Amino acid sequence: MSSTFLGMPAAPPRSPYGSGNLRGDEKFPKAAHHELRNDQLRRNLRKATHTIRGKRLNVTAELPDWEALRDAGSAIKTDTMNRLPELLEQLERKVTEAGGTVHWARDADEANAIVTRLVAATGSEEVIKVKSMATQEIGLNEHLESQGVRAYETDLAELIVQLADDKPSHILVPAIHRNRDEIREIFLKEIPGVDPELNAVPAELAAAARAYLREKFMTTKVAISGANFGIAETGTLSVVESEGNGRMCLTLPETLITVMGIEKVLPRYEDLEVFFQLLPRSSTGERMNPYTSLWTGVTPGDGPQEFHLVLLDNGRTAALADSVGREALNCIRCSACLNVCPVYERAGGHAYGSTYPGPIGAVLTPQLAGMHAAKDDPNSSLPYASSLCGACFDACPVKIDIPSLLVELRHQNTEQSGRTVEQAAMKAAAAVMARPGLYTTAQKAAGLGRVVAGRDKKITRLPAPFDGWSESRDLAAPPKQTFRDWFASDEGRATLGAAAREGAESRAESATPATDDSEEQR
Amino acid sequence: MNARETVLGRVRDALTLAPKPPAEVPRAYRTGRTLPDADRLALFVDRLVDYKAEVHTCAADETAATVARVLATRGARHIGVPAGLDRDWLARFDGTVQEDHADIPAPGLDQLDGVVTASRVSCAETGTIFLDGAPDQGRRALSLVPDLHVCVVDLSSVAVGVPEALARLTPHRPTTLISGPSATSDIELERVEGVHGPRTLDVIIRTDA
Repeated sequence: MSSTFLGMPAAPPRSPYGSGNLRGDEKFPKAAHHELRNDQLRRNLRKATHTIRGKRLNVTAELPDWEALRDAGSAIKTDTMNRLPELLEQLERKVTEAGGTVHWARDADEANAIVTRLVAATGSEEVIKVKSMATQEIGLNEHLESQGVRAYETDLAELIVQLADDKPSHILVPAIHRNRDEIREIFLKEIPGVDPELNAVPAELAAAARAYLREKFMTTKVAISGANFGIAETGTLSVVESEGNGRMCLTLPETLITVMGIEKVLPRYEDLEVFFQLLPRSSTGERMNPYTSLWTGVTPGDGPQEFHLVLLDNGRTAALADSVGREALNCIRCSACLNVCPVYERAGGHAYGSTYPGPIGAVLTPQLAGMHAAKDDPNSSLPYASSLCGACFDACPVKIDIPSLLVELRHQNTEQSGRTVEQAAMKAAAAVMARPGLYTTAQKAAGLGRVVAGRDKKITRLPAPFDGWSESRDLAAPPKQTFRDWFASDEGRATLGAAAREGAESRAESATPATDDSEEQR
Repeated sequence: MNARETVLGRVRDALTLAPKPPAEVPRAYRTGRTLPDADRLALFVDRLVDYKAEVHTCAADETAATVARVLATRGARHIGVPAGLDRDWLARFDGTVQEDHADIPAPGLDQLDGVVTASRVSCAETGTIFLDGAPDQGRRALSLVPDLHVCVVDLSSVAVGVPEALARLTPHRPTTLISGPSATSDIELERVEGVHGPRTLDVIIRTDA
């Protein structure tokens, strides 16, 4: 179907404020404070992120063409975004031809309503779920619960999070913030009929989850999944996993409902040869994850006989409308950037307040859901949750330049916030610096700042409206004497004179040039 | 406007508002690789063992003996097979065999001690076996629910890398990539083999087939 040109293009809307899980309750620095006080959490995180970093480096170093794969992956995603309308229409056509039904959702609420309606049509009051970022993003489980449908998470980590009434804190390992003893406690409390002798040993805990979910897999009639890839050329969907819970959900129920962000489409089946190498090695640090499923619509006599694909916008088109920010849509959710990030390693995933934590979350979340200046939006703090060290860019399998995106979002946030006190202060500073007399007076006045400094000559809290700045930084107290005062003093003149004489002598000594280290001097 | 037209309209608007960067896809990564049989076998075995699969090699005329020996070692007495499996492979097995069909519900598969299937293609570099639901591999549930999967792989079907293996597949077939037994690293990143999928994977490689 061709669309009629109706006039000037309109900027697509963000995910509506207040829907789904794309916004926390507090700004990042405040939220991170809670997590930083938790020693156990920091130990768990440090151990986990360092383990997985090492594994990733081993298996990526193994491939001599790793950089060529990254280049291909990056270009395929860019090409995909350029051709998104035709690819989505092609995917829809192919899935429909193969016996599936395609639905479109403008936002989280619409996607939740579609899924709820589809579940209701089956008559089932429970569903089994494969770990999925998209359904976490839209808050599907909470919505289903409110409609009387019980959703069972089947991924071990998601199960731990769900049983503890907790939130995921990592894209790949959602319960990374829990250690084995905590998990044992959760299982003892929440799994009916679990062996009270259960030990805090990963193998035993995994076995307890297997036993608990086995019956659910055998009897539940509806499953809900996300998708790692959707191939436009063939209508093939793919889920990449490890435990076999994905295969169970994709194979045993009568009805399968897949919720997929529109940016997950790939042009060709052949493109999988790139992503099936990039994703597992970047994500779990394995050469290949234990299980990957590929299915195309419905296959008679094999798997669910009813298949629904829900294509989700929820702010993705708003990100696409930003020539810099759209790069974040290339993300394949491997989580390599989380594992190398010094900020994530200390603050953990919850501080970001969004389904998407870590460096990629800090650029993706504000783009999907916006940074509303008028509402003092917690998302406006996310672009600052970074030291811009660049480790995430190096680790990204599709070469997303996360640091540049963060800087761009900081710029946008400043532009959007209108005339702030900070901007007024900068303007005043510029005016003062343009007049030497005024500047000298101002510097003398700044010396008064010494009275608010502590004994360690540090100012830890500035008065409003500058308290935001000092929330996460200390400021050195202004010195007694400014540089300009010192420069004009007798002491300053004497010191500078001595330095000048010394410089002249040393230049005379080294008059014969040393050619050996010319490389360094160039 | 319905949701479909709205979303597609937004995508077109977005692409009009922000200029498209050039996107020529460079495919400089390795494809079309080949290796002599012995090297491919060695690489494949190394990767399978690394992922805790049990590997057995045999000649094609030893298939029945090898299958029987593996099933006996595992204590499997009641096994499932896809309808199109070469029944000569089970000539030496003295337990009971349930031929699969689409009407057997999942709990019926849960009663099996194990399952024996063939495979479509494999990837040596990653130790991955691809099943595509052909008659000798059966529907996906059959190789998933039983706790033991004995999978027969012909060396001629083992490709060197991922691109070479994918090139041999038919896209619309329901396809499962298997790399070792099911596993999880969800608890403190410590790998545990065996969660919901088969906890034991025996791979029989027929070196002259």
